[in-house]
Amino acid sequence: MSTTVSSVEAIPVLPSSWSLWLRQIGAILRLELRKNFLSKRSFLIYLITALPLFPLLILAVVTPPSEEWRDFQKYSIIYSIVYNGLILRTLVFFGCAWIFMNLFRGDLVDRSLHYYFLSAVRREVLVVGKYLSGLITSIVLFGGLTIVAMLLLYLPRFTSQSVRFFLEGQGMVQLLTYAGITVLACIGYGAFFLVVGLFIRNPIIPALLLYGWEWLNFLLPPLLKKISVVHYLNSLVPVPVSQGPFAVIAEPTPAWIAVPSMLVVTAVVLVISAVRIRRMEIHYGSE
Amino acid sequence: MENDLIIFDNVSKFYGEILGVNRVNLSIAPGITSLVGPNGAGKSTLMNLMTGLLRPTRGTVSLLGVPTDSPEALFRKVGYCTQFDSFPRGVTGREFINSFLSVHGYDRKTANMLAETALERVSLLDDADRKVAAYSKGMRQRIRLAQSIAHQPVVMILDEPLNGLDPMVRAETMALFRKLATEGLHLIISSHILHEVDVMSDRVVLVNNGYVVAEGNIHGVRDEMEEHPMQILIRCSDPAKLAAQVFAQDHVVEARLHDDKRGLFIKTKDADRFYLLLNEVVALGEINVETIAPVDDDMSAVYQYLIGSSGGSE
Repeated sequence: MSTTVSSVEAIPVLPSSWSLWLRQIGAILRLELRKNFLSKRSFLIYLITALPLFPLLILAVVTPPSEEWRDFQKYSIIYSIVYNGLILRTLVFFGCAWIFMNLFRGDLVDRSLHYYFLSAVRREVLVVGKYLSGLITSIVLFGGLTIVAMLLLYLPRFTSQSVRFFLEGQGMVQLLTYAGITVLACIGYGAFFLVVGLFIRNPIIPALLLYGWEWLNFLLPPLLKKISVVHYLNSLVPVPVSQGPFAVIAEPTPAWIAVPSMLVVTAVVLVISAVRIRRMEIHYGSE
Repeated sequence: MENDLIIFDNVSKFYGEILGVNRVNLSIAPGITSLVGPNGAGKSTLMNLMTGLLRPTRGTVSLLGVPTDSPEALFRKVGYCTQFDSFPRGVTGREFINSFLSVHGYDRKTANMLAETALERVSLLDDADRKVAAYSKGMRQRIRLAQSIAHQPVVMILDEPLNGLDPMVRAETMALFRKLATEGLHLIISSHILHEVDVMSDRVVLVNNGYVVAEGNIHGVRDEMEEHPMQILIRCSDPAKLAAQVFAQDHVVEARLHDDKRGLFIKTKDADRFYLLLNEVVALGEINVETIAPVDDDMSAVYQYLIGSSGGSE
């Protein structure tokens, strides 16, 4: 152990400023993205992301016998059903649950959260950095999934029609709208699961409760429908699908209300997370 | 000057119903301060309170004038080497230090320079690019130490920093601590190796069952323990004659000849008066004194008297 090291050149003083906070967010992002994409925990996310791609690949090779698979006009409805039922409500939901709950909970389980807490970084900055890392991860994976799934459905069977549909028709608008809805879903669900992971030791139960609430949304009276993420997202879907004979019909929320509302609620939830993290203690269970 | 101190102002910490520490009042000056006490006494709780990993149930803690709930300001000045033997997955030693220097806000060049210096200080430069997961226990201890000193804090809080180190590295680490202390840093060190506490500490804080039972310079603490008379061994030419002379003093409670008949054990309630008396005896020239050695004026004795066992040793 060296006791004779020449003293380091004067290290720069780091006064609090936006540029410092942005640099710190960048550093947190680099650490967290590496964890989100390359740790053992990310295996489940890749599995979730790949889940709809396998059946879509099979469908690209084998056409089902039913009539609607031979009608190009029906494909927008088919994709809307796949997107609403599988991608948005299940895969994006559980994917975000896994990614965002583990942002803090995972570090607690690994007993490495204290390294952040012992750094000269505001805990609010830590929340923002971690949230952004979850957002980038989920948007890359699920936004990519949304786009690839749509292209995989259209292109193999009606290649020339699909190319025209995406380049000249409504295809590109629909594709970007679905991708935008996925981004909004990641923003909304991400904030919810981040705060759940901070407050509740076992976040699986609240996740399942929210999942049930979101699925039963079509049965809820109009006022209660508004207390859900999926209601606002459904309002934005470019090709609406029937919610069945028992659905309680409610006026869809216009996009100019739905999008800002979700962003405002997300901001409020992030503020709650920041307050929580400021008061958080490190116990790691066994102390 | 208050801004030079680590201050606990009537601090209590409860984990639900369980007492962590209670009514702690401390003002810690620069130098090496050792927290000493048995397992579960509250040493780590005090350290975690100092660094904001725990929040006091009552009272306030501040380090050099900075409250512990302001991490951005606090950890410009403070480095904490915890006992948690866990690391982010898959990182090398250098990446581990560099990444958290980046979180502090240092640019890449400064972070590299600081990491290099810290790694050199803990003699880990040669292994810096190996995965931390492949490190031995001692190396993991050193990389944690490097991480805690990398940003050059003025207060270092070190929870059992000598655990797992081999004797050579242990001695070098203690020398490093002494050097840092002479540079004016605060070093708060918890340890259960009492002879090491003796060697390196400027002062001690003894903790037991969540209470601070004594604090200050080891000899000062020992002097104040009037219920335990100081034991002194005097090697001299005529112990029996010396015994007769000192036994008449009211502060001497016991005088006993050593088994080899060449020394005398004294128990005195007032060591200063005893040493004055001994000076007078020596000045008379009747007895030739070879050595004078306090027997229980060290950390082990203080620990034993105040806490009730002999503490730890390695």
